[in-house]
Amino acid sequence: MPDPNWSQALRTVAPELTLTIVALIVLVLDLVAGRGRKGALAAIAVVGTLLALGWSVSLWGERLVAYGGMVVADNYSLFFNIAFLAITVLTILLSTSYLRREEADLSEYYVLLLFCTLGMMLMAKGLDLIVIFLGLEILSISNYVLAGFLRTRLQSNESALKYFLLGSFSSAFFLYGIALIYGTTGSTNLGRIAQALQANRDPGPLFQVGMALLLVGFAFKVASVPFHMWTPDAYEGAPTPITAYMSVGPKAAAFAAFLRVFSQPLAAMQGEWAVVLWVLAALTMTVGNVVAIAQPNIKRMLAYSSIAHAGYLLVPMVASGELGTSSLLFYVLAYAFTTLGAFAVVILLSRKGEAGYEIAGYAGLGYTHPVLALAMTLFMLSLGGIPPTAGFVAKFYIFSAAVKAGYIWLTVIGVLTSAVSLYYYLRIVVLMYMREPAEESSAATLTAGPLVTLAIAAFAVLLMGLFPGSIFTLAQSSVFGL
Amino acid sequence: MPMQNVLTWMIFAPVAGAAVVLLLPRGRDELVRWISLLATAVPLALAFWVYANFDRTSPGLQFVEHYAWIPAFNIEYFLGLDGVSAPMFLLTTLIAFLALVASWGIKEGVKGYFCLYLLLEAGMLGVFAALDFFLFFIFWEVSLLPMYFLIGIWGGPEREYAAIKFFLYTLFGSVLILLAMLALYFANEPHTFDMTKLIAANKQYGIAFQLLVFIALYIGFAIKVPVFPFHTWLPDAHVEAPTPISVILAGILLKMGPYGMLRVSWPMLPEALKVYAYPLAIFALINIVYGALVAMAQRDFKTLVAYSSISHMGFVLLGMCAIGPQGLSQAGVNGAILQMFNHGTVTAMLFLLVGVLYDRAHHRVIEDFGGLGVQMPVYAGVATVAFFAALGLPGLSSFISEALVLIGAFPAYRTLTIIAAVGIIITAGYWLWTLQRVFLGPLNPKYATLPEINGRELVTLVPLGALVLFLGVYPMPVLDLIRASADQLIALVGPLP
Repeated sequence: MPDPNWSQALRTVAPELTLTIVALIVLVLDLVAGRGRKGALAAIAVVGTLLALGWSVSLWGERLVAYGGMVVADNYSLFFNIAFLAITVLTILLSTSYLRREEADLSEYYVLLLFCTLGMMLMAKGLDLIVIFLGLEILSISNYVLAGFLRTRLQSNESALKYFLLGSFSSAFFLYGIALIYGTTGSTNLGRIAQALQANRDPGPLFQVGMALLLVGFAFKVASVPFHMWTPDAYEGAPTPITAYMSVGPKAAAFAAFLRVFSQPLAAMQGEWAVVLWVLAALTMTVGNVVAIAQPNIKRMLAYSSIAHAGYLLVPMVASGELGTSSLLFYVLAYAFTTLGAFAVVILLSRKGEAGYEIAGYAGLGYTHPVLALAMTLFMLSLGGIPPTAGFVAKFYIFSAAVKAGYIWLTVIGVLTSAVSLYYYLRIVVLMYMREPAEESSAATLTAGPLVTLAIAAFAVLLMGLFPGSIFTLAQSSVFGL
Repeated sequence: MPMQNVLTWMIFAPVAGAAVVLLLPRGRDELVRWISLLATAVPLALAFWVYANFDRTSPGLQFVEHYAWIPAFNIEYFLGLDGVSAPMFLLTTLIAFLALVASWGIKEGVKGYFCLYLLLEAGMLGVFAALDFFLFFIFWEVSLLPMYFLIGIWGGPEREYAAIKFFLYTLFGSVLILLAMLALYFANEPHTFDMTKLIAANKQYGIAFQLLVFIALYIGFAIKVPVFPFHTWLPDAHVEAPTPISVILAGILLKMGPYGMLRVSWPMLPEALKVYAYPLAIFALINIVYGALVAMAQRDFKTLVAYSSISHMGFVLLGMCAIGPQGLSQAGVNGAILQMFNHGTVTAMLFLLVGVLYDRAHHRVIEDFGGLGVQMPVYAGVATVAFFAALGLPGLSSFISEALVLIGAFPAYRTLTIIAAVGIIITAGYWLWTLQRVFLGPLNPKYATLPEINGRELVTLVPLGALVLFLGVYPMPVLDLIRASADQLIALVGPLP
C-alpha cells in the first residue's frame, strides 16, 4: 500500500518519468526499426514529449514538494518545463530531414535529446543544489554527445570537444561552489540555506567564494561574457538543429536554476551579486552584439546573437523582484520561438555538409523564396526588438523591470546595444531584399518538419507581439513566492 | 460600419488592403494598384466624415475609442482626436491617397511596394490618433520599418546607405523616447501609459525629473523633425527615396516630431519647457536660417527641397516655443500647427514636381535646365504656385501660418524673430533663383522634346494646389479645428513663473 506522500512524489515528477520511459522505449525500439525507418521513432519521441507536456499542464496551479524538499512542481518550474518540452518538439521537427540528409539518422539522437530535456526539467524543478547539479550533468553530457553527433565531420568533433572541456570546467566550478556553500551553511537545500543565512547575517568569506563559484558556473552555462568563449565554435560545429536547441533550451534551463538559486536563498546577498551581474549583463550585451556584426556565417552570427540575448536575460535578473522574474520568463519564451524560427529558415536553406551557411548566400532570397524571406524578416526583427513582434514586447518588459528597479544606465546600455544589434539583423534583410540573387542561388529544399516549426514559431512571435497580455499574465502567475 | 470606431476603421483599412495585396498571386500588378488605391480611399472618404462631424467648439478628445489591451501593464488601445492631432490625421489620409496615385509608375516589386506603403500609412495614422503612450510608440516604430524598406529597395543608387542611416538615426531617437516613456510610466501611481492621465499628473513631477525626461524626449522627436544638428539623415533619405516616398516623408513623417512634442513633452513637462524655451527657439532659428542657406547652395533640385523642409520646419518649432510672461503665445501655437499642415501640402507638391521633372529628364541638376516655361507651360504654372507658396507669398497658405508664428514669437524673442524674418528673405531668394534657372531663360535644346505634365500627375498636384490657394485666402477651415485645443494646451502649460 503506497503511502500518500509516495503518490504525491510520483505526481511531482510524472512528466520527467514519462520522458524517461519514452526515451527508453525509443532506445529499445531502435533494435527493431531498421535503417531509414527512424522517422517512426522520431514520431514516438514527439508523442512522448507531448505527453509529458500534457502532464505538466495538468499540474499547473499546484505546488507539490517531494523527496524531502528536493524537487518542487510549482508554476515557475512548470512554465519552464512546458517551454522546454515545446522547444524539444520543435527541435525534433527540425531534425528528421536534416539527419537523413547528413546520413546520421540514428535513433540515439532522439534518445539523447529526450535525456537532455530531462536534465533541463530537473534543473527547473530542483530545490536542492545537488538536484540542480544532477540536472545540469544529465543535460550537459547528453548535449556533448549531440554536439559531436556528426562524428565523421571534423567541425562537429571540435565542437563537442570544446564544449566538453569547457563544460567540465564549469561543472567543476559549480560543484566546488556547492561544496563551499554546504560547508558554511550545513545544507544544499535552498530553503535551509536561506534559513542559515537569516540566522547568520555574515556567513563569512568561504560562503562568498562559494557563491562566486556558483555564479561562474551558471555564467558558463548561459554563455555570458567573459565565459562565452566556447559558444561560437560549439554552435558552429554542432548539427544545426542541435545548435538551435542549444541556443534556447540549455540556456533557458540554466537561467531557470540561476534565477531560483540567486533570488531565493541568496536574496539576502543581492547587494553583492547584483553588482557582478550588472557588469556581466553590460559586457555580454555589448560584446555579443558588437562581435556578431563581423560574422560571415549565419550559425556563428546567431551564436553571438544568443550570447547577446543572454545579456538581455541577465538584465531582469539584476532587477529581480516580481516584475524581473515574470519579464525573464516572457523573454525566454519570446527568444526561444524567434530563434527556433530563424534556425528553421537556416536549415531549409542549408545544403549537405557545411554548405549554405554563408550570410552572403541569402542575397535575393526575397525574390527566390518570398515566404521564407518574409518569415526570416519577421524573426530578425523580433531578435532586434522591433514591434509588432514578440522580441519587442519582451525587451520592453525586461527594460521596464530594470527601470522600475532603478537601473537606468543598464537600461540605456541595453537599449543602445539592441540598436547596434539591428545593424546585423537588418543586414540579412538587406541581403534578402536589396541584392540580386547569387549565381548558385540558395535553392531551399522545403521539407515538412522545419516548415511546421517555422509556421508555429511565426505564429507565436506575432501572437506574443500583438496580444502579449495572456502570456504575460501566465508569466506573472509563474513567479515563485519571494 | 459603426461610426464609433471610425478611427480604427481608418487606421486598419490600409492594413486590410496590405493583407489582400499580399495574398494576390504574382503578376497581378494592375489589380494590386487598384486594391491599394481603394485601401487608401477608404480612410480619405472617412476623413471627410470626421471633418464634418468634428466639434470645433470642444477642446477635448473626440471619436474616442478606449479598450484594455495588455492589462498586466495597464496598456490600453486608446484612440481619439483633438485640435492638435486632427489636422495632421486628416492630411495624412489625403497625402497618402495622392502619393499612391503618384506611385502608379512603380514597376518593380509592385506587390511588396504597395504592401509596405499601406502599412506605412497605417503606422502614420496610428501615431496621430494614439492616446496611450505605449500604443503611440508602437505606431511610431511601425511607421519606421516600411519607410526603411521603401527607401532601401525602391530608392536610388545610394539607397542602402540612406536607408540604414535613416533607420539608425530614428531608432536612436526611439530609444530615448522609450526610456522617457518608461520614466513617466513609473513616475505615476498606479503606473499608466494613458496620455490624459500622464498630462493630468504634470504637477507632481519634480523639476529635475522634468528637465531630464524633456531632453530625452526632445532629442527623440527632434531627430524626426529634423532639428539641426540631427538633420543629416534627411537629405540622404530624400535624394534616394522614390518620389511618392519623399512626399510621404516630408509631408507627414517629419510632422510626427513636432506633433510628439505638442502631444507629449509640452503638456506633460511644462516646467521643463519654460526652462528650455529660449534654447529651443535658438535651435528653431538655426533650422530656419541654416536650412535656407544650405538650400540656396544646392545643385540638386531634390536636395534643395529637402533643405527647404528643414528651414520651414524651423517655423513650426519657433511657434511652438514662443512663450511669454502670460504663457505660450496663442498665435504661435495656432500658427505652428497650421504650419505643420501647410508645409505638408506645399512640400508634397514640391516633391511631386521634382518627380515629374526627374521622370522626364532623368536627372535633377538645376543649372542644366532652363526655359522649361516655354516647353511645359502647365507644369511651370503649377510649379510657380508651389514655389510662391513655399516662399510665403501673401495669398498662399504658408504666408498665414508663418506670419502667425512670427507674430506669436515676436513679443517673446524680438531679436530671434527679426533674424527669422530675414530667413524668409533668403527663402524667397533661393526659390526665385531656382524658378529662374529652371523655367526662364533660353531653353536647353536637350529638353526641347520633354512632354508636358500628364493627367495622372495633375490629379496628384491639383488638389494640393487648390488647398494651398484656398487656405491662403481663408485659413479658418483648418484654424477652426485647432483653436479650442490649442487654447487648452496653452492653459495646461500655464504662465511663466
